[in-house]
Order: sequence, then C-alpha cells, then structure tokens
Amino acid sequence: MIPELGQVFFIAALASALLQFLGGITALFIRIEKIEQFVERTTAFQTLSLTICFGLLTTAFLQDDFSVLYVASNSNTALPIGYKIAAVWGGHEGSLLLWVLILSTWTLFLSKDTALKSSPELRIVALSILGLISLGFLIFILYTSNPFDRVLPSPLQGRGLNPLLQDPALVIHPPTLYAGYVGLAVPFSLAVSSLLTVNNHQWAKHARSWTVLSWMFLTGGIALGSWWAYYELGWGGWWFWDPVENASLMPWFLATALMHSLIVTDKRGLFNGFSTLLAITAFSLSLLGTFLVRSGVLISVHSFASDPQRGLFILVLLAFFSGSALIIYSIKQKKNEQEKLHPLSRESLLLLNNVFLCASAGLVLIGTVYPLILEMLDLGKISVGPPYFNFVILFPFIPLLISIGVAVFSNWNQGQKNTMKKLSPIILGAILLGVMIPSIYGWTSLLTLVGVSLAFWTILTGISPFIKNKFSINKTLIYMPMMLGHIGLGLMILGITVTSSYGITIDDSMSIEQSSSVGDYEFKLTEIGRRNGPNYLAQYASIEISKDGEYIETVYPEKRVYDSSSMGMTEAGIEANLFRDLFIAVGEDIGGGSWSMHLQYKPLLRLIWYGPIVMMLGGFVRVFLSKKNLENYQ
Amino acid sequence: MLPRHKRFLGILATLIGVTAAIYLILTSFQDNLLYYLTPSEAITKNMDEERSFRIGGLVEIDSFKRSEGSLKSRFVLTDGIESIEVNYTGILPDLFREGQGIIVTGSFDNQKIFIASEVLAKHDENYMPPKINAVKEPSS
Repeated sequence: MIPELGQVFFIAALASALLQFLGGITALFIRIEKIEQFVERTTAFQTLSLTICFGLLTTAFLQDDFSVLYVASNSNTALPIGYKIAAVWGGHEGSLLLWVLILSTWTLFLSKDTALKSSPELRIVALSILGLISLGFLIFILYTSNPFDRVLPSPLQGRGLNPLLQDPALVIHPPTLYAGYVGLAVPFSLAVSSLLTVNNHQWAKHARSWTVLSWMFLTGGIALGSWWAYYELGWGGWWFWDPVENASLMPWFLATALMHSLIVTDKRGLFNGFSTLLAITAFSLSLLGTFLVRSGVLISVHSFASDPQRGLFILVLLAFFSGSALIIYSIKQKKNEQEKLHPLSRESLLLLNNVFLCASAGLVLIGTVYPLILEMLDLGKISVGPPYFNFVILFPFIPLLISIGVAVFSNWNQGQKNTMKKLSPIILGAILLGVMIPSIYGWTSLLTLVGVSLAFWTILTGISPFIKNKFSINKTLIYMPMMLGHIGLGLMILGITVTSSYGITIDDSMSIEQSSSVGDYEFKLTEIGRRNGPNYLAQYASIEISKDGEYIETVYPEKRVYDSSSMGMTEAGIEANLFRDLFIAVGEDIGGGSWSMHLQYKPLLRLIWYGPIVMMLGGFVRVFLSKKNLENYQ
Repeated sequence: MLPRHKRFLGILATLIGVTAAIYLILTSFQDNLLYYLTPSEAITKNMDEERSFRIGGLVEIDSFKRSEGSLKSRFVLTDGIESIEVNYTGILPDLFREGQGIIVTGSFDNQKIFIASEVLAKHDENYMPPKINAVKEPSS
C-alpha cells in the first residue's frame, strides 16, 4: 500500500512541477498579479508531495518492505535503524529522489525570499524555470529509476547496504553535496529569468546569498567526501583526482568565481554578461557531475553498477538546459558599454581571479572528459592520472593566490597608491613564516616554500582588515565573510603543501611484538584479535604508538566482514592532533605469523578539512548574521 | 595608444595565453596519460618495457600466490582469452579476490611479467571492469 501511495504523491509532484512551469512562463505574456499566487502554491504543493513521497520511501525501509525492489537491493533486516534511513539515499533511485526533493525545497525557499518580491517578473519566471528543471528530473526518475517499483515474488531478505556506505560521514555527505549541486540551480534560474524579462543586472543582488549558500554546501560536501575517503577507503589519501571527485570540484571552482563576480555585478553593475555565463556554466557542470556519477561511463573507483540508458537521459537534460540557456544568452545579452577599468582596481583583480578559477575548472574538465571522448570516438581507452592534475593545477593556482592578496588591498574603481609600500610588510611576513616550515620539517623543494609562503600570504592579507581596525569585531563584521573565506583557503593550502611535501607512507609486514618506524614514530603490533559488531565480524590489531621511546596511544585498526556480503572492509586506526595524523590500516594475514600493514605519518593533514570549515563559516556570516549590518553599511 | 592598437594587444595576449595553455596541457598529457587495456590488447599491442599503462581484468581462480611473510604477491589477470602474470609488492585492496574484476597499473619487465605499482578494486562487489563485462557474460 505504501509504495502505491508514494507513487500517487510522486505523480502529484510531477503535475505541480508542470503547472509551476506553465503558470510561471505565462508571466511573460499576461499581467503578473494574476499568476503570482498560483505559482507560489504549486511550488509549495510540489515540495509537500515530494516530502511525503520521501517519507513513504523511508517508511518502506523502516518496515523492511522487500517487495519494493529498491528497498530489497539496498537494505536488509540486520541493518541498524540509522543506516536504514541513510539507505534511502544509498542507491541510485533514492538519491535522485533526494535530488528533486532538495531542488523543490530550494525553490520553496526562493519563493519566500521577501527581497525578491520587489522584482515580480524576475521572480516568477525564475520559479518557472526551476519548475521545468524539476519536471525534467521527475520524468527521468519515473521512466528510468522509479524507487517504488515492486518486485514479485518479493524476496524474504534484502541484499543489504554497501558496507562502505555504513558510516556516519556517508550519511550526511550525499545530501550536503546535493544541496550544493542543486542550489546552483537558483542563480542559474535567476540569470536566465533576467535575460528573458528585465534584462539588467538586478538579478545579481538577489542571487548573491543563494550562491553563497549553495557554495557553502558544496564546500562542506566536498570536504566531508575527502574526509570519508581518508578514513574509510583504507588508503589514507585525501584526494584522488577521481572523476567523481572532479565532478564536484569543477562546480566549486565556478561557484567560487560566480560568488565573487556577483559582488562586482551587484555593486558596480559590471561584468553582468560574465556573471550570467558563470551562473549558467556552474549549474551545467553540476548536471555534468550528476551525469558522470550516475551514468557509469567512467573508469572510476567510485563507479557503482549503473545503467547506460540513465546516462543518456541525463545527457539530454544537460544538453537541453545548458543549450537553451546559452542560446537565450546569445540572443538577449546586451553588449556591455565599454568602461575603463583601472588594471589594479578591485574589479580588474576580481575578474582576473575569476579567469584563473575558470581556467582551473577547464583544466580539470579536460583531464576528466578527454578519456571519455577518446573512448566514444573509439580511439582507445586511456586514463589521466593524478600527476596530470597535480601538475597543471599549479599554473592557475599560483597566480591566483598571489593576486587574491593584492585584491584584498585594492579599491573599487581606482588604482591604489603606494600598493607596494603597503604590501611589502605582509610579503615579508609571509616569506618569513614560509621559511619557518622548511626549517622545522627540513628542506625539500622550492615549490614547497612557494606553497607555504602563498598560504601565509593569503592568511595574512585575509586578517589584515582586522589588524587595520584595531581588532574591533564590530568594525570588521562587514569584512568577516572575506576574512574567514581567505583564512580558510590559506589554512587548506598550508595543509595540502605540508602534507604532500613531508608525509611518509610505508607498507610493511609486521608480526606480534615487532615494531616499524615511520619518521620519528614507532608502531608496535601487540595483539591480533576478533570481535563481533552488530552486523559484521571484525579482526582487529592493537598497535602501540610511541615517539622517542615515549608512549602516545594505542589504536585498533580493523578488518571487517559484513554479514550481508563477502567483501572485507578496512577500518583504519587513526591517532590525530592538529599538527599530525598517524594512520594505520591492517592489510591481511600474509603467513608466517606476519600481517601486512599500511602506515602513514601526515603532518598538518587536519588543516585540509579545518580550512573548508573556516571558509564555510565565512559563508555563514555572509548569509545569516551580517544581513542587517550589511544593509546598514550600504 | 589608439583603441585599434589596444584591441590588437588584447588579442595578442589572449592568443599567447591560449597557446601556452594548450602547450601545457599537451605536454603534461604526454607524460601522464595511461592507456587502459584488456589482457588481450596488452599482449597484441606489445607494449614496451618500462612504458606504464593499466590493465583491467579478472583475477584467475587458483592463480594467487604469496611468498610467506612478505608483501610480494603473484597472480594471473585474464579476460577469458589471454592471461598475464602480475607481480605486486604491497597491500592488496579489500575487494581483491580470485574471480574479481580489478585494475592494475604498471609495466612489463623483460620477461613479459607485469610489474604492478598499484592494484585497484572497485567499491562495488558486483563491479566489472569496462570491456570485461562483454567478454565474461557468454561464459556465465
């Protein structure tokens, strides 16, 4: 009964998305007051239907209703209750349902945005476009990936959830990332709506907070994914340049660029065309990401079994939405009036940085899709490895980091007098702090020194308004989003550079009472034992860590075998503080009383995740806390 | 400076930028591209020694051997037509099993034994490496 009810509400959501689209689009032709309320209601009704739909699917999971194919393939009776709920979005069908639920929730919130009500045309057409996007995906779900499909005769037991997904971080990672992906539909719809209606730069003002909000989710989602990969995949790496990771990184680059470009468009009325294009491409890359993850066209460690027909459908949606948006852009976009830009004004520097961010996205895009294109043309199968990405990303990023700091010190609409004089103490400070790192950890290469100096440069210039205003929080509240954003970025760059330059990784065979040393640390295997988990059997090792003969901690890395599948799972043992991570993963019994062990020492690794948290905090301040202050300021 | 000259300089700068970017991409592609082959293709293409590439295939049943107490292991990778012997030193991924689809990165030595520097198995236990799927289905 419940699945049928879910189906009914799903169709209701589909119908209201259709009405939302059709109703909104009539705003182009008839008086807007007549249609406003209708569109608002369809938006609310769509969100309500999808929420009920999602609730019903969750109920089917909680009741272990294995007559529903999706439940049977992603859950079983032994699954702990929390993971039964997480399993709702653990597979393809459910995660797409989550995708549209989040989209309709964003749409609902947008329809409640009071500031936007002052531009009714822009608002209603934007809601209509969001309705169309939702409609496209709802049809996609209905035809290729219906989560309520029944299976007859129904199995007595489900297949269970992929053990890798049975983890707290993985419970929140997909919804967070999706909220970021899908949130980019909001600036997209505002940009396209603006082209179709008022065709001026007003949309930028309204799109700013929404862009920052989805950028926050995207940042958090990517960081969570990286953290999960680090401790759960058992490899101890934090970024693999895997196509699925790249799929989330590209929209992030563009969302970051969009966020900054919108500031200029909003405040100075410049770069309207560029911001519009960024909004369109950022969302297109989100769709491309969805396509890459869901189509199975990739040679990826994240590849889950998937269906090519689904990929084709998403590709059609992608081509339709970005294609038509770009056509509308090319017809409607007015030629910008030539305005003289001072080369060192804030506008110019922001534009330059956005070009670097676009270049980063472009380089990652080429490395990600080039193998796909080659394969489609039947020119052989290749893969582009991490060395490509690690190398090419430096070219846009080094100049980007340099000019970020200069941009902070620049003024709107004019050059800065005595720029060098003002900047030189900070440059000196950054280099001095930069030199500190090799003097602690030892000299490796010039690139390390450049990396850490640029990290300190970004942090110091980020803090500078705070210092200039004599540490008054009140006076600097207006700068807080920028400060936190840049400090977070600097911390992350510092973490990345130090970890990559000074990290040590060793694979070793260990037997009981034997030690291995990694850098200054000693790892001693003291015991191998067994224990029972709720739905798995674990073999654990107990390992004593010491430094210079001084005991630090005992960790218990595990090897788990879940009841529902024969595959083994590595749970790493991690001893971490702000300054370093020690990581141990148990390999296997290699005979002769020995075990293979994967041992790592990673200095400043935590900064790679703390940095994004600080960045998100900046976004949080921008969206929620400082709204009043920002208004006062303007 | 005349506007015409300015525009010319702008175009020139863009051209130089684009050329530099293309050059950068092409050279780094050259060094970092990895071919992905099936065992049959790896044998027919006669890959050079020391040339790094990837092979996707199934671990042949009863082919896995490990010298006791060491990280060195040997196994045979097959696509049902050709087989390649692989040597690997290190920790194998959780999903590594005989009969399972995996991907190895490395190169041939002078005796046509594949020396793997990396062994990848997939997140999903029902996963098949691309191209192997088609080969395997008729037999199963």
